[in-house]
Amino acid sequence: MTAAVETSALTRRFGSLTAVDSIDLEIGSGEIFGLLGPNGAGKTTTIRMLITLLAPTSGSARVAGFDIVRSAQDVRRSIGYVPQLLSADGTLTGYENLLISARLYHLPREERRKRITEALESVGLVDSSDRLVRQFSGGMIRRLEVAAAMLHRPDILFLDEPTVGLDPVARDAVWSLLRDLSTDSATTILLTTHHMEEADQLCDRVAIMDLGHIAVVGKPSDLKAAIGPDASLDDVFTTYAGHGIEMGGGYRDVARTRRTASRVG
Amino acid sequence: MTSLARVERPVAWADLPLITFIVDTGAVADIELRKVRHDPIELITRAAQPILWLLIFGQVIAATRAIPTGGLPYLDFLAPGVLAQSALFAAIFYGITIIWERDMGVVQRYLVTPASRWALVAGKALAAGLRSLVQAPIVYIIALLLGVHASLDPLRLVGVAFAVVLGSAVFALFSLTIACIVRTRERLMGIGQLMTMPLFFASSAIYPTSLMPDWLKVLSAVNPLTYMVSALRELMVSPTVDPVAILGDLGVLVLACAILLAIATKLFPRVAV
Repeated sequence: MTAAVETSALTRRFGSLTAVDSIDLEIGSGEIFGLLGPNGAGKTTTIRMLITLLAPTSGSARVAGFDIVRSAQDVRRSIGYVPQLLSADGTLTGYENLLISARLYHLPREERRKRITEALESVGLVDSSDRLVRQFSGGMIRRLEVAAAMLHRPDILFLDEPTVGLDPVARDAVWSLLRDLSTDSATTILLTTHHMEEADQLCDRVAIMDLGHIAVVGKPSDLKAAIGPDASLDDVFTTYAGHGIEMGGGYRDVARTRRTASRVG
Repeated sequence: MTSLARVERPVAWADLPLITFIVDTGAVADIELRKVRHDPIELITRAAQPILWLLIFGQVIAATRAIPTGGLPYLDFLAPGVLAQSALFAAIFYGITIIWERDMGVVQRYLVTPASRWALVAGKALAAGLRSLVQAPIVYIIALLLGVHASLDPLRLVGVAFAVVLGSAVFALFSLTIACIVRTRERLMGIGQLMTMPLFFASSAIYPTSLMPDWLKVLSAVNPLTYMVSALRELMVSPTVDPVAILGDLGVLVLACAILLAIATKLFPRVAV
């Protein structure tokens, strides 16, 4: 089986800060893979490199078999992306948000309407398709964004903190949506999270990330079993990172998380 | 998802840069204009400013007969200048939309699509141009009501529309470029306000450049607004039409558009970081 994502000594520096420090990752096709770590661990920077928003300082990565620097355009055709910020445009309707995605992904005109309707159905938003997104709840916006990111049927879906700021009901809806995607279409899903529960419930495998390094990679159950019979992922994190997950997080990350949370309401 | 068929190469033209540029520019501009349709109030209220310039400033200065206008009544001279000014004032702050969209994550979402980078910028500029075009009929009607001898020749009206869209696109691209450099709303507002006055007064919008000291003439010669006003004056109120002069003015605006588009496109991905 070919790897959906493969990184080799992938590194990104910002001035003197090394946000991502020589990471090696291999994510199999069809996996739900979690990058787990506190704010400031380098999760978002890693994702931004993989989706071609940010060039690596050194090292390399292949996404869907394409080099992220040399074949950026092929990478873009193969992936979908849901940012941490609620990125649906509030000044447009639900339908229009999907329409711009369909057009920028160059879906054939005759297929657009059908696909958009199907996508709205699959996330349960058909009745809201003509409402302005600024009237949507946070959970509805998240579901709309997943629909937008899946319109072109990408091989790999990237989500940055997909449930941050959502209430438990909306969070469960996003989880079950992602599980369905993984089962029904064998889409590879790479998400970042700092919620242990999310990693535990949703992910086939997780990589624990701290200060730009990957501390350990494995199935949540294996990682826990290796520590002790009643260990939680929190214990796993503390064991490998040397501190709890609540530590760390620069001002910028925290500010962004809060901003997202306040927009979610 | 109900249907799982993948699209390997979505459309035949997906690998042709010029065609994706044109199609994607249309897509981005269309989406921008849908926003105007959802909330047209802003655009309508903005038309008030050029009306006030014509009504108040225009009437007073016309009464003084202090400005040599080469035989045109002052209001005739002023009307194209006010039309250009309304485009400038609207477009010079247009860059704020991409800072706003960056903060929302929209820019990031667009940048990870295979859409043409040039088109993501050009579509915005085109939308800014078309937004300004909405104000043009309002200025025209007020001008006619005030007795301005504005031409209603269809060909000249098409020329006026083209000059308004093109000129607005130049200033919108300038604003987008600044936005990509400064990357915060506050700084962009500051620079926009700083630029508006020299751009406006170092142009032929409200008086001919012949009244200017030499150093200001130099400034006005590199000011796109001068060329926009000149084309509009020729098309809108000039008793005789000089096609060569008009094409020259529009040519300068096209060139300015191309240069600013190249710079803004180069800088655009920086906004997302």
